Amino acid sequence: MRQSRKASITMLALAVFSFVLWAMAPATATTIKVATDSDIIKLPDFNVSPMLVSAISAIVMLGVALFVGWLAVKKNRKAPRWAIVLFGLAFVVQALVLLFSGKTMTISDLLRGSLVLAVPLIFGSMAGVLSERVGVVNIAIEGQLLAGAFTSALIASITHSLWLGLVGALIAGAAVSWILAVFSIKYVVDQIIVGVVLNVLVIGLTSFFFSTVMQANQSVFNSPPRFDSIAIPLLSQIPVLGPMLFTQTAIVYLMYVALAAVYFFMFKTRWGLRVRAVGEYPLAADTVGIKVYRTRYISVVIGGALAGLGGAAFTLGSVGAFGDKMTNGAGYIALAALIFGRWNPILAALAGLLFGFAQNLQYVLTAVGSPVPSELLLMLPYALTVVAVAGLVGKVTGPASAGKPYIKS
Amino acid sequence: MKLELRGITKRFGAMVANDKVSLTVQPGEIHCLLGENGAGKSTLMNVLYGLYQADEGEILLDDEVQKFAGPGEAMAAGIGMVHQHFMLIPVFTVAENVILGHEPTKFGGVLDLKQARDKVRELSNRFGFDIDPDAIVGELPVGVQQRVEIIKALISDAKVLVFDEPTAVLTPQETDELMAIMKQLRQAGHAIVFITHKLREVKEVADRITVLRLGKVVGEAKPTDTAEQLASMMVGRAVDLDVNKGAPKLGKKAFVVEGLNAWNEAGTQVLFDVSLDVHEGEILVIAGVQGNGQTELTEVILGAHARTTGKVSLDDQDLLGKSIKQILDLGLGFVPEDRTQDGLVGEFTIAENLILDRSDRKPFAKGPSIQPKVVREFAQEKLKQYDIRAQSIDSTAKQLSGGNQQKVVLARELSRDLRLLVASQPTRGLDVGSIEFVHDQIIAARDSGIPVVIVATELDEATQLGDRIAVMYRGKIVGIVPADTPRTVLGQMMAGVA
Repeated sequence: MRQSRKASITMLALAVFSFVLWAMAPATATTIKVATDSDIIKLPDFNVSPMLVSAISAIVMLGVALFVGWLAVKKNRKAPRWAIVLFGLAFVVQALVLLFSGKTMTISDLLRGSLVLAVPLIFGSMAGVLSERVGVVNIAIEGQLLAGAFTSALIASITHSLWLGLVGALIAGAAVSWILAVFSIKYVVDQIIVGVVLNVLVIGLTSFFFSTVMQANQSVFNSPPRFDSIAIPLLSQIPVLGPMLFTQTAIVYLMYVALAAVYFFMFKTRWGLRVRAVGEYPLAADTVGIKVYRTRYISVVIGGALAGLGGAAFTLGSVGAFGDKMTNGAGYIALAALIFGRWNPILAALAGLLFGFAQNLQYVLTAVGSPVPSELLLMLPYALTVVAVAGLVGKVTGPASAGKPYIKS
Repeated sequence: MKLELRGITKRFGAMVANDKVSLTVQPGEIHCLLGENGAGKSTLMNVLYGLYQADEGEILLDDEVQKFAGPGEAMAAGIGMVHQHFMLIPVFTVAENVILGHEPTKFGGVLDLKQARDKVRELSNRFGFDIDPDAIVGELPVGVQQRVEIIKALISDAKVLVFDEPTAVLTPQETDELMAIMKQLRQAGHAIVFITHKLREVKEVADRITVLRLGKVVGEAKPTDTAEQLASMMVGRAVDLDVNKGAPKLGKKAFVVEGLNAWNEAGTQVLFDVSLDVHEGEILVIAGVQGNGQTELTEVILGAHARTTGKVSLDDQDLLGKSIKQILDLGLGFVPEDRTQDGLVGEFTIAENLILDRSDRKPFAKGPSIQPKVVREFAQEKLKQYDIRAQSIDSTAKQLSGGNQQKVVLARELSRDLRLLVASQPTRGLDVGSIEFVHDQIIAARDSGIPVVIVATELDEATQLGDRIAVMYRGKIVGIVPADTPRTVLGQMMAGVA
């Protein structure tokens, strides 16, 4: 009862805000560019009026808010998911059209950049899924990403091989998560504390070697090759989605495969069933002969390896070199995506995409010269997340034994 | 399959949990393992199931010595266990739970859930269980969850079945049904070990009885022995199972609940129009299966529940809206259902626990400072008066046995000037000796003219202790009946049938 009312009140407040934005909407049109040169079917550019879009959005939002409120009060039911999605969509469209007023918004750039920025987040959230589903809280995603980024840059620089760089990232991520696993499973240390300590440790180590080794000899130790974008024939020519999904680097394609694999193994196989059982009720798993410790080690370490790949996406996938503390909190955002996505790899990936979109929006707006201060824009994704999680999603429950060590008597 | 345990000894540090225990169970036989809490029954079964390794002795199946490094090996050898605390994953479906650990798979390790569902349906039909393989286990009633546990044991073709205190969570009806299932399994040739401390059940289904006390086998008993004989073997001295209480001397109607509704934090209604009254010098037992609103009702009385409508009054004073402290000051004595969680601070000493409720007032405190001397004297006195077995008043509460912990709680609550005593499952998990003591204290309180409300989940306790019995089901009072109402009628009321 209270949860659904809270949702409708949040929605009402946002709808009112939307009306205010409508009242302030500028008259200059927003140009929306949908097509890219490679598309099979060329869609034309079109102009929209911020006034009109604002009006439609505000009315849709108010309608949804009232409907959800009516459901909550009269029927005592929770807001249906489609209503939340419709509401969010209306708000985002209005915000975009207003922010790009008088400018050109290139959809494909916006989306493609979002995915690029989301790649480490999605790899990170997969690490979170594998770790927390088996009962080990993984705060150390940040450290696993950073270790992967550093190691892949170093090894790829020395060997001039992208693939060896990726292998290095895998091993580095796995190593960090192995330490997490040993301390939380074998030595029963508080998992949050181990995670935080690991993050600080990896930051310290990479910073040290960055300044003493990499910076001293950039050309040898920190100039790895970079993955090129590969356009997949036909698929990449689909309007709007093609450039976003199928004109990307090998790391992104690897991510698709990994995502499908994690989902498949977690929910369709014997191994996944056992992993989830261990994460929910390890004693019950033990009493049917499942090796709790071994299952935990394996799942956590595989997760760490995936996070290492996410780290490589920073260096070999986009920037082309390692930079001090370059993950910049991506591991924590991945953790948020994990929770937002309810410990489901696919939903978490979508959440990661949303965060990537928000981050990219800020870059694009700064680039086109939006009048809104960039610091404020920088805040937008996180503010929206807080509103979305607290007001709309509500309480979510993760694996029951996550964070609790299993002690065999 | 014949099961034989020979001279099993299991030590935890200096404590000997099982001392040369031997036991034989034939196929087609229900063998009861009878003993008090802490007698070593569960330890013995955990040894059998490979969860513990025995220090001495051996396990034989059909005269062959077995070595189980873990439960997986015990299961593979044909041992199935229905655990006291269900070993089921609440968020999994029945089918997923049942196959866990030996999952049928298709090509490439893909789960074959169809095969699992079919097997669940087949076993469910064979025993008349009526279980949907796709139901989420956590959403099923407790009695059905237990059947899932049984199916889980049967699906791996267990020939020896161990039931560990299986009736603790069941309604009387469900208990009867379980007994029928056990007989059916016996018919099918399974060797069954039935662990319990409930004499009525033992007498109903047991073919043979082995009594354990303090880790040792004290002997075999016959199902035809009287309950008193069995209890004496369990405890090691003569016991009186009847509660000795005279007719109530009723005073005025002191505690009244009228049209009480309550909602939990999630906004779900948990109490519906509850009305009852208790006279001075009377025990009203709230009977019902756990989780039917009893906890919430006692919380409302204590003032720990905010979302309520209706009326609760003690001596014509309205309790709703008052703080817990105000209500305690009006003379409420409260024994919570989970004494380790809500009744005591485990890390505090006995002395400290005894004054938790009055640590801020005279004579225990003077201004802001506690008076250690007064506190210690008070504790010494209570230790003697309530026969609390502890090394000293400085022992921490968590070092005490369950019975002694409950004595500390009772000593604290009964040493105030009470106008009402509310006790929730006051004998849960206690040994026979402590149960006698607790019952005597409660009856003494009643005879001193205090209205008493007891929450009981066991019918025996309800009928022995109560002057009247109010049965709760799904947050409602089904009816308030005299204590001599037949068990079957009470059982039906508890199941919401009548």
